[in-house]
Amino acid sequence: MTASDARYRWAQATVIALLCAPLAILAWDFVREIRQPGVAFGPDPAETIVRYLGEWAIRILLATLAVSPVARLLGRPRLVRYRRTFGLAAFSYAVVHFTGYLVLLAGLDAGTFLADFVERPYITVGLAALVLLVPLAVTSTRRWQRRLARNWRRLHRLVYAIGVLACIHLLWLSKGDYMDAALYGGILALLLGERLARYTKRLRERGVHET
Amino acid sequence: MRSAPIRPSEITPEHVYLSRRRFIAGGAALTLGGVGAHALSEDWLTGRGFRPGAPIEGEDTTPIEYATAYNNFYEFGTDKDDPARYAHEMTVDPWSVEVAGEVAKPGKLGIEDLLANVDLEERVYRLRCVEAWSMVIPWIGFPVKALLDRFEPTGAAKFVEFTTLHRPDEMRGQRSFFSGIDWPYVEALRLDEAYHPLAILAVGMYGNVLPNQNGAPLRLVVPWKYGFKSIKSIVRIRLTRRRPGTTWNMLQPREYGFYANVNPTVDHPRWSQASERRLPSTLFSPNRIETRMFNGYEEVASLYADMDLRRNY
Ligand code: HEM
Repeated sequence: MTASDARYRWAQATVIALLCAPLAILAWDFVREIRQPGVAFGPDPAETIVRYLGEWAIRILLATLAVSPVARLLGRPRLVRYRRTFGLAAFSYAVVHFTGYLVLLAGLDAGTFLADFVERPYITVGLAALVLLVPLAVTSTRRWQRRLARNWRRLHRLVYAIGVLACIHLLWLSKGDYMDAALYGGILALLLGERLARYTKRLRERGVHET
Repeated sequence: MRSAPIRPSEITPEHVYLSRRRFIAGGAALTLGGVGAHALSEDWLTGRGFRPGAPIEGEDTTPIEYATAYNNFYEFGTDKDDPARYAHEMTVDPWSVEVAGEVAKPGKLGIEDLLANVDLEERVYRLRCVEAWSMVIPWIGFPVKALLDRFEPTGAAKFVEFTTLHRPDEMRGQRSFFSGIDWPYVEALRLDEAYHPLAILAVGMYGNVLPNQNGAPLRLVVPWKYGFKSIKSIVRIRLTRRRPGTTWNMLQPREYGFYANVNPTVDHPRWSQASERRLPSTLFSPNRIETRMFNGYEEVASLYADMDLRRNY
């Protein structure tokens, strides 16, 4: 093992620990809440927990999208190695957020869930985002990357659509004030805008070479 | 669960006195938002007597620390704990209320004068939010009619419009750049609804004066309607001939009707209204109960006798 390998491992472990921290805090709050109902989550634990997890899911999702631009900005392309860890963390938070909704808000009742899914567009959109994350999580390994070759990049562009769906989910569940939706939507617009700018620049350069 | 309207026979005769001490009981609220830190002195209420009311049979009154820490009062932010955290920034003393429109004697009165002659009583009411949660709260107040009568509404008056304080310096939600609400907050009732004996203006809860986050110093409580109708921190009351525009209704007419009567058969695009979570719920039990027509206050049904409540939601 070279020194740089060791450093990478430590860095990777640190990143994972940081990404797990919000879950660890939630777990600790669970313990406090069980000991004394109300102290950690207030009078409406279900809403408090589902919101907390949803908020971390979208933050980490946007962080995932930020990894490669940040790596470019810093001129350290190897930082992209951490992208998979971020992506899997975003997926995990989305799964736990969804589970929290199913257990705490829908009360594990299939009828409630189906009615919500059909009648409440913000739920439909959230679920679409979650479902689309599944193939990305499954194919996030090196092996799948090799197996899919060029198609891997194409497939993983789905993450842009997932980001948009997540922001629509947030927008549609906001009422009265759109601060959070504007904040996260604005960050997403920046991240997608940067890619679009690079893409059109590439197109133009290619055009120049061809003539 | 049975309906338990307040019957005079259930009301104990002796008087209890409003205390000036605010929220010693609300420990959670205190540590969360420093609610106790501000200097409010509603001396005009201290020592005022009120007739105690009976609890609702078979339904627990919500603990005060929840009713004062979990609020929708968008003037202070959209999170449930924002009002407890920031409402102390609102000055409620001095306070005056302007009564205008279709009245013989319009005027603007200091709240002390406004309340000088009303008899205060306690009413334990269910509070059902459109977001499908509910609480049970002991309010202290008086029928809306008692106040309106004093200004002598004219025969032309058909609606009553209420307006909340608009003071962005002290209400940070009103300063939000991304707010969809066109401040100030406005709500309204049909005059016959406002005259119903169950409709009250509240100045206190849990035996104390109202905390700011619950709408100090004067708020409406209409227990058979979704909570957003029960407007807080009222500064203006106007009697009108035509139906006034009301805040949520103007923002999203499909979601928030003018009537907004609690009705389990009319769903809201965001929440099913067939059931509600009676707070506090716990990790292991959402405490879900069936929602009842008019929130269990069936005695108001006659107000809507010839209306289609599915259309007039
Ligand atoms: C990638 C997937 C998802 C992301 C990024 C996401 C993100 C979010 C965010 C940011 C919030 C707002 C939190 C707040 O207001 O502070 C939220 C709320 C919510 N989400 Fe999701 N969500 C996702 C998937 C889902 C799914 C699949 C469901 C259910 C089927 C769901 C149900 C909800 C509900 C019910 C709320 C509102 C909780 C409440 O206010 O009572 N979400 N979500």
